[in-house]
Amino acid sequence: MVSDQQCSAAGSGTASIWALLAEIADPEMPYISIVDLGIVRDVRWQPAGLRVVLTPTYSGCPARHAIEQDIGAVLRRNGVESLHIETRLAPAWTTEWISPEGKAKMRAAGVAPPLAVTGEWQALTFWPREAAPRPDCPHCGSTRTRLQNECAGSRCKALFRCDGCGNPFEYFKGI
Amino acid sequence: MTTHRTPGAQLSEYLLRLGDSTLILAQQLCGWCGHAPTLEEDVALSNVALDLLGQSRLWLDYAGSQMTPRQSEDQLAYQRDAEQFRNVLLVEQPNGNFADTQVRQFLFDSWHCLLLRELSRSSDAQVSAIASKARKEVAYHLQRSSEWVVRLGDGTARSHAYAQQALAHCADHVHELFAMDGLDQAMLHAGIGADLAALKPEWFSYVQQVLAAARLSYPQNPLNLDAGKRGQHGEHLVGLLMEMQYLARSNPGAQW
Repeated sequence: MVSDQQCSAAGSGTASIWALLAEIADPEMPYISIVDLGIVRDVRWQPAGLRVVLTPTYSGCPARHAIEQDIGAVLRRNGVESLHIETRLAPAWTTEWISPEGKAKMRAAGVAPPLAVTGEWQALTFWPREAAPRPDCPHCGSTRTRLQNECAGSRCKALFRCDGCGNPFEYFKGI
Repeated sequence: MTTHRTPGAQLSEYLLRLGDSTLILAQQLCGWCGHAPTLEEDVALSNVALDLLGQSRLWLDYAGSQMTPRQSEDQLAYQRDAEQFRNVLLVEQPNGNFADTQVRQFLFDSWHCLLLRELSRSSDAQVSAIASKARKEVAYHLQRSSEWVVRLGDGTARSHAYAQQALAHCADHVHELFAMDGLDQAMLHAGIGADLAALKPEWFSYVQQVLAAARLSYPQNPLNLDAGKRGQHGEHLVGLLMEMQYLARSNPGAQW
């Protein structure tokens, strides 16, 4: 197989590539990896080299370029000579793709993981914010939480406060 | 009106409308960076701008790929003059006060949500992919701008008056959002584009719902301005482009 010859240091199959990718941290959330985040959709050896398919999170996510650079650097360091990173838009990324391990790591880092996303809306409806489901506090587990601001440190997170323990916390928005 | 000879030229022209509307609105929102009423609002507006800019890059990249010779997203964003832009007039209206910005955003977001829902069913796979991705982001934008309209309209006497004034101005640019010109008809016929006119009742029903909660009323007899999609713009766009394009034009080929 071409792949065996091309990638002696990284191993022959894609399992070792997945293992390397699982070590690459998300630039904005260093406590979870890009594999935990669910953006790596496919890894495949082709005659021309290794093909890695990524599905970006948000259209304007500034971390995207850094992630591609990190992937290139890590794989080259581990013997992958020819790498092709492909962007796949459809199906669109969803927080449902974040692994259970990734969600546990978020919680451990004090970030409430995304609530389940239920289907796609079809009709416009205006509902008051109070009626929206709220995340539990990642610090104390209280359900008495409220939204402070739709955007926190990054586009993908909102800022909440907990009325149980009195601490602010970030919530990774479901999308 | 421009004649569109090839399907590729028609498609790229249609994509420019999508890419330019999101690009210009993103640039407008960037104008609030460092000036919004609170730090949180500053961050939020910049994040909405970031989404719209990301979406614009996808639309413009696709538009450029359909042109001969191929144009890059940067060439399209930085090297065209005002009359070559195909954004709707609503997005080039000045930021004004905070109510002006939020009302403009609200009218745009509600339309944008419905438009993207339709385009996510496009027979063109790339149009469908971009729209499916963008609509999830825009649902958040709409929630936010709707809440702001309610907060301002149902706020103080002053914020209410500002919001009502903003609505009076912005409503003049709503007709264009739903106007179906020759290109819109052709793209609808090809299974690629959306039936904008058919979306208006649903749009208006939602807008009325939010305005009722905001104690605001939709203006009677607004103007029917609709030339932006064909490249006829107001002077505000010229000033905006001068600022947006200055660096790229004065340093041709610069990388950043």
